Amino acid sequence: MIKVDNIKKHFGKEEILKGISTTFERGKTNLVIGRSGSGKTVMLKCMVGLFEPNSGEIYFEDKEMSLMNNEEHRILREETGMLFQGGALFDSMNIEDNVMFPLRMFSDKKRPEMLERVNEVLKRVDLENVNKKFPSEISGGMNKRVSIARAIVNNPKYLFCDEPNSGLDPRTATLIDQLIQDITKENNITTVVVTHDMNSVMEIGEKIVFLKNGSLVWQGNNQEIFKTDNTDVTDFVYSSDLFKKIRDIQLNEQ
Amino acid sequence: MKYLGDIGSYFLMLKKVFSSPTKRSVMKELIFKEIDDLIINSLWIVSFISFFVGGVIAIQTALNLENPLIPKTLIGFATRQSIILEFAPTFMSIIMAGKVGSFITSSIGSMRVTEQIDALEVMGINSLNYLVFPKIIAMLFYPFVIAIAMFLGIFGGFLAGVYGGFASATDFTAGLQDTFYPFHLVYAFIKTFLFAFILATVPSWQGYYMKGGALEVGKASTNSFVWTSVLIILTNYIVTQLLLS
Ligand SMILES: Nc1ncnc2c1ncn2[C@@H]1O[C@H](COP(=O)(O)OP(=O)(O)OP(=O)(O)O)[C@@H](O)[C@H]1O
Ligand SMILES: [Mg+2]
Repeated sequence: MIKVDNIKKHFGKEEILKGISTTFERGKTNLVIGRSGSGKTVMLKCMVGLFEPNSGEIYFEDKEMSLMNNEEHRILREETGMLFQGGALFDSMNIEDNVMFPLRMFSDKKRPEMLERVNEVLKRVDLENVNKKFPSEISGGMNKRVSIARAIVNNPKYLFCDEPNSGLDPRTATLIDQLIQDITKENNITTVVVTHDMNSVMEIGEKIVFLKNGSLVWQGNNQEIFKTDNTDVTDFVYSSDLFKKIRDIQLNEQ
Repeated sequence: MKYLGDIGSYFLMLKKVFSSPTKRSVMKELIFKEIDDLIINSLWIVSFISFFVGGVIAIQTALNLENPLIPKTLIGFATRQSIILEFAPTFMSIIMAGKVGSFITSSIGSMRVTEQIDALEVMGINSLNYLVFPKIIAMLFYPFVIAIAMFLGIFGGFLAGVYGGFASATDFTAGLQDTFYPFHLVYAFIKTFLFAFILATVPSWQGYYMKGGALEVGKASTNSFVWTSVLIILTNYIVTQLLLS
């Protein structure tokens, strides 16, 4: 479980996060949604410790992050997997070494053993026979999947994904959503996914947090989001024609 | 004021480079890779430049010695002195600021803008130690590069001097052996070590703390060249003042 308590973050004079409080439960896929520039990535980066919030607390289980000692920090880092919005693969390493990297850093296993695990996760993201290629030699969607493989290879306890399925075709996107949800259930981990994608919201939105201009304006699940009358949320949800039509059909049926 | 802040950030960076070390097995690999990138990959261009510049130094010296009273051995002597004292350590390092320096800045800078550095940090890796420390270790081999530059520079000078008909092989060799102070070599290699440290750390610092996107990576590389060469020239002046005068 991760609890965020009134975190604020500003860059210079501009306040990007304006006091956000919520909890992300273990064993659930938690989504953070909101329009571009609403502060989703900044919030995620605060939770993984890349940005230090100007005020507020972030708890992992019952430990407050800024009060952890070095050893607790090290363990937290080992237990964290993160998928960056841009992938952030190491372009000096091939795919295999990229995915193996967290294992090499955190375990003393021999290479063949690590390789077995690498191939296992690469298979789960539906990538085979790319082991020896470099990030610049594979497509954008494949890059994204390799990044997911790297994020999950060390069986993290906390998984953060910044737009895992942007740039993927609808079928692969569904596969990735499903994978994220499966891993969350299998390993009973705390997963936070930032997304724009309404399909993901419908498929895996067990808890949804809606940000607008750095404030949390709504939270609920994927049933409730279609019923809310919060106009910020409905504007977001029904900004796509498809969802508008579905709603019209539903209203007609009633 | 801005420069003071910059200088402060440089020293803070150095402090972090030498703290919380990366896992040994991984670090060993990184060091070998840096030796390959920074040292081995520079050998060809260093050899090429020093050989031909050595030749030009010998020819220029010969052409400037019109007075028949000055012995021909001076050609070998002057070539040796200028190559060992200045050309190989200092001017080769300026050239390396362009080659190695901009390579370091652009590779670290592009890792910064594509969040690869953040990815390291999320995994709890001290990214400064991971990225900069192996470069510093690899650059401990830089004096070998400069030794090669010295040797080839003098060899180029010998060939140009002798086969260009400016001095006999005996005169040139006698000049090379004339009043040789071993301390000049010590001085040259002390400089070289300092330049190696500058070449490894200043471009890293420029790349690590850059902000922005691909365009800024290019700007950072240019800035890095300016900073690195200015620091090399200033260090050269200070060391010369301290050791030779
Ligand atoms: N390092 C930074 N320095 C200054 N401002 C920043 C920084 N990172 C983000 N911002 C600002 O914070 C705001 C929120 O950015 P953020 O990246 O969190 O948006 P987002 O919700 O993830 O959007 P998107 O869906 O487009 O990825 C933006 O206005 C951005 O300019
Ligand atoms: Mg974002």
